[in-house]
Amino acid sequence: MADTTNAAGEVALGAPPGMPQLDIGTFDNQVFWLLITLVVIYFVLSRVALPRIAAILAERQGTITNDIAAAEDLKAKAHDAEAAYDKALADARAEAQRISAETKATIQADLNVAIAKADAEIAARTAESEKAIAEIREGAMEAVAEVAKDTAMEIVAVMGGKADQSTIDTAVSDRMKG
Amino acid sequence: MADEAHSGGGLEFHPMDQFIVKPLFGEIGDPVHMYTITNVTLWLALAVLATIGLLVLTTSKRAVVPSRGQSVAELAYGFVYKMVEDVTGKDGIKYFPYIMTLFIFILCANFLGLIPMAFTTTSHIAVTAVMGFGVFFAVTILGFVKNGVSFLSLFWVSSAPLALRPILALIELISYFVRPVSHSIRLAGNMMAGHAVLKVFAGFAQVTGGMALIIVPVSILGVVAVYALEVLVSFIQAYVFTILTCVYLKDALHPHH
Repeated sequence: MADTTNAAGEVALGAPPGMPQLDIGTFDNQVFWLLITLVVIYFVLSRVALPRIAAILAERQGTITNDIAAAEDLKAKAHDAEAAYDKALADARAEAQRISAETKATIQADLNVAIAKADAEIAARTAESEKAIAEIREGAMEAVAEVAKDTAMEIVAVMGGKADQSTIDTAVSDRMKG
Repeated sequence: MADEAHSGGGLEFHPMDQFIVKPLFGEIGDPVHMYTITNVTLWLALAVLATIGLLVLTTSKRAVVPSRGQSVAELAYGFVYKMVEDVTGKDGIKYFPYIMTLFIFILCANFLGLIPMAFTTTSHIAVTAVMGFGVFFAVTILGFVKNGVSFLSLFWVSSAPLALRPILALIELISYFVRPVSHSIRLAGNMMAGHAVLKVFAGFAQVTGGMALIIVPVSILGVVAVYALEVLVSFIQAYVFTILTCVYLKDALHPHH
């Protein structure tokens, strides 16, 4: 390899013979610039790049952790909300049942009152009617008695008798009682 | 390979010319001093810009839901961070910025080198050796500072039979000192070889003459295939360099087997 490159090297315009890598004359130049390069890269990395990337990675880790925690939180909240919803639903159902029962009871009470009132009215009306009937009957009896007395008096007068009013009344009353 | 090309197509091509360090302003022959602004300087600066573009500009919005660019930056961060954490343990995390610097620099330099006409800074042994030996010395000093003399227990394999331990210690010692060499040559060698092969195929692609009808399509296919391989190698070598750095760091922090 050294021989062939030697041949090639010598053809090059004024270039040092052999492998350029072994040209000691350029070593100080390369080492000098290399050291500067490495120092610059080291400072760029240690002062800017690496802390920044570390911060980014830490932030991402934090964000992910936070997001997972938040997700857990939201999940728990959703669970709670569901429980609350179920509870509300059950409460509402119970309330509805209560209201329905109450309404039913109220209506029943109202109905009872109305029925009672109606019954009372019916009773009162019946009593009134009975009283009226009784009055009418009474009136009828009196009228019958009167008619009977008058008739009896007329019959006695026609028979030619002279009837005393009070005697006939008593006789008619006795007969009617009897 | 270059000789074959010379004899075959009567062409001249120079697969190693792409690695020549030359002043950015001026002729190739001009002297290269320490402070001269060269093509190395340009491509190192572009690596810095690429780093800023990749990790700083993309994350400027600091979005919780990342954009495409920010995802890439986070991916790179997470990739290296996890590597450091897995290999060195919790107490290695504080060296993460240094390792990230190495990884991002090598990655950007490797990929920038794949741009046609680019200069591949990581194909130079001078560049990779600075990093390789830098890691070696840093890790060795750190090992002694953290563990004192007991850092030497790294070489004393206490799980082995007593008779074998001195021999193992010698092997361990040699392998320890070979580390920075292999560490840096692996990267430079991979990058250099791949780019040289690319250039060779590209050279064959401009062959004219009787065999051109066969050679040209085959070499273009070869360029495509090697380029795809190089994309893979660019990442893998950055990864390998980084994970080996982590392994060496782990040895320094926990030398006891």
